[in-house]
Amino acid sequence: MVFEKVVEILRNYKEEPELEVSMDSTFEELELDSLDTVELVMEMEESFDTSIEMDTELKTIADVVGLIEKAIA
Amino acid sequence: MSFSIIGTGSALPKTIQTNDDLTEYFETSNEWIVSRTGIEARHICIEESILDIALEASLNALDNAHINPKELDLIICPTLGGDTVTPSLACLIQEKLEATCPSFDLNAACSGFIYGLDLADAYFCRNREMKILVVAVDAMSKLVDWKDRSTAVLFGDGAGAAILSNGDDLKAIRLTSVGNQHALCIPWAKGNHPLLKDQETPSPYLLMDGDEVYRFAVAAICNDLKTVVKQAGITFEDLDFIIPHQANLRIIKSAAKRLKIPMEKFALQINSCGNTSAASIPLVLDEMNRQGKLKPGMRIALSAFGGGLTTGACVLEWSKKSF
Ligand SMILES: CC(C)(COP(=O)(O)OP(=O)(O)OC[C@H]1O[C@@H](n2cnc3c(N)ncnc32)[C@H](O)[C@@H]1OP(=O)(O)O)[C@@H](O)C(=O)NCCC(=O)NCCS
Repeated sequence: MVFEKVVEILRNYKEEPELEVSMDSTFEELELDSLDTVELVMEMEESFDTSIEMDTELKTIADVVGLIEKAIA
Repeated sequence: MSFSIIGTGSALPKTIQTNDDLTEYFETSNEWIVSRTGIEARHICIEESILDIALEASLNALDNAHINPKELDLIICPTLGGDTVTPSLACLIQEKLEATCPSFDLNAACSGFIYGLDLADAYFCRNREMKILVVAVDAMSKLVDWKDRSTAVLFGDGAGAAILSNGDDLKAIRLTSVGNQHALCIPWAKGNHPLLKDQETPSPYLLMDGDEVYRFAVAAICNDLKTVVKQAGITFEDLDFIIPHQANLRIIKSAAKRLKIPMEKFALQINSCGNTSAASIPLVLDEMNRQGKLKPGMRIALSAFGGGLTTGACVLEWSKKSF
């Protein structure tokens, strides 16, 4: 569930509806820099109506999914 | 109450450092800095004192307003600090201008200019017939750690001023403060009282949680602009220009996207000056005034955020006829 939503947010953000994303995709592969990850976390906070602490470094989609699951648990 | 802006002025120190110049101090690149911030160069006080640029900006504003320093009733200087803790920078400007009015500094970090306008507005409630100089000045190059590439590249030095007089330019204004030492902090000298234990002296330079400040900044611009525009009884379409605090182009673009306001409405100077703290908004305002871009009846929104954490925004309806 969280993963699908993250993919949707990512595709909107990149404006690429066909973007291939897996749990193992890294932000680097997706050509996103560290400020893009901050932007994505902000969008996810709005979508999931939660506040997300960015205390760990986010490298992969799995990291983000883990962070959100923790926040909404 | 309200006031009109009858003159603007600004000053930048002579020494310009490009991103490439900074590669001498630490491992960085023009590509990294431009893509993360939009900053290409910044001005640094090397030959000038902080007072020098403050004075130059003030004189330019007085000249533009066609008034004499003796006519000033108040000098407010938004700044993190001048060349000395005391006298205040405002008092030293007053001395050099040979003005005779009360003068003091105001610390609201990068939001200082808007805080200065709000305070001035309160003085106009007491007496309409005042002339107030608000001169915002910061030399961040003296407050950042030149060994820390993640913060040093962001800032620059500068001064921006406005002369306020009886009038009706100010349509809405809003300030916020949420105390927070962790996000952005510049520690101060600890003192050497004999009873103070020999603690390890912390670095006196700027400390910042970049991600947290970034998120705070985007939210601040969005919330404050929505609020002041509503207060002024207008919509974003009615605004001719928005002058945001020039901290990071990515912050401005993010806020623009969220608010669905075209980037063309945002006045920018970040590429050549970086983040000049309190001076950033009046520096852009003065540039636009000098370039003849401001016409009577135009609506301009200002929006700032910074250490404190503080934020401030306002809507002005420009009335000054020509530069
Ligand atoms: C400061 C800011 C640009 C940092 O952006 P960021 O992309 O999140 O940067 P990070 O600190 O996460 O660093 C990302 C990487 O770039 C590196 N880096 C940092 N500064 C660098 C520089 N000047 N040159 C090259 N690399 C740099 C970091 O070491 C890090 O490398 P690593 O991943 O190998 O550890 C951003 O957080 C920001 O602008 N925040 C708001 C700050 C602000 O406006 N403050 C004033 C408010 S008034």
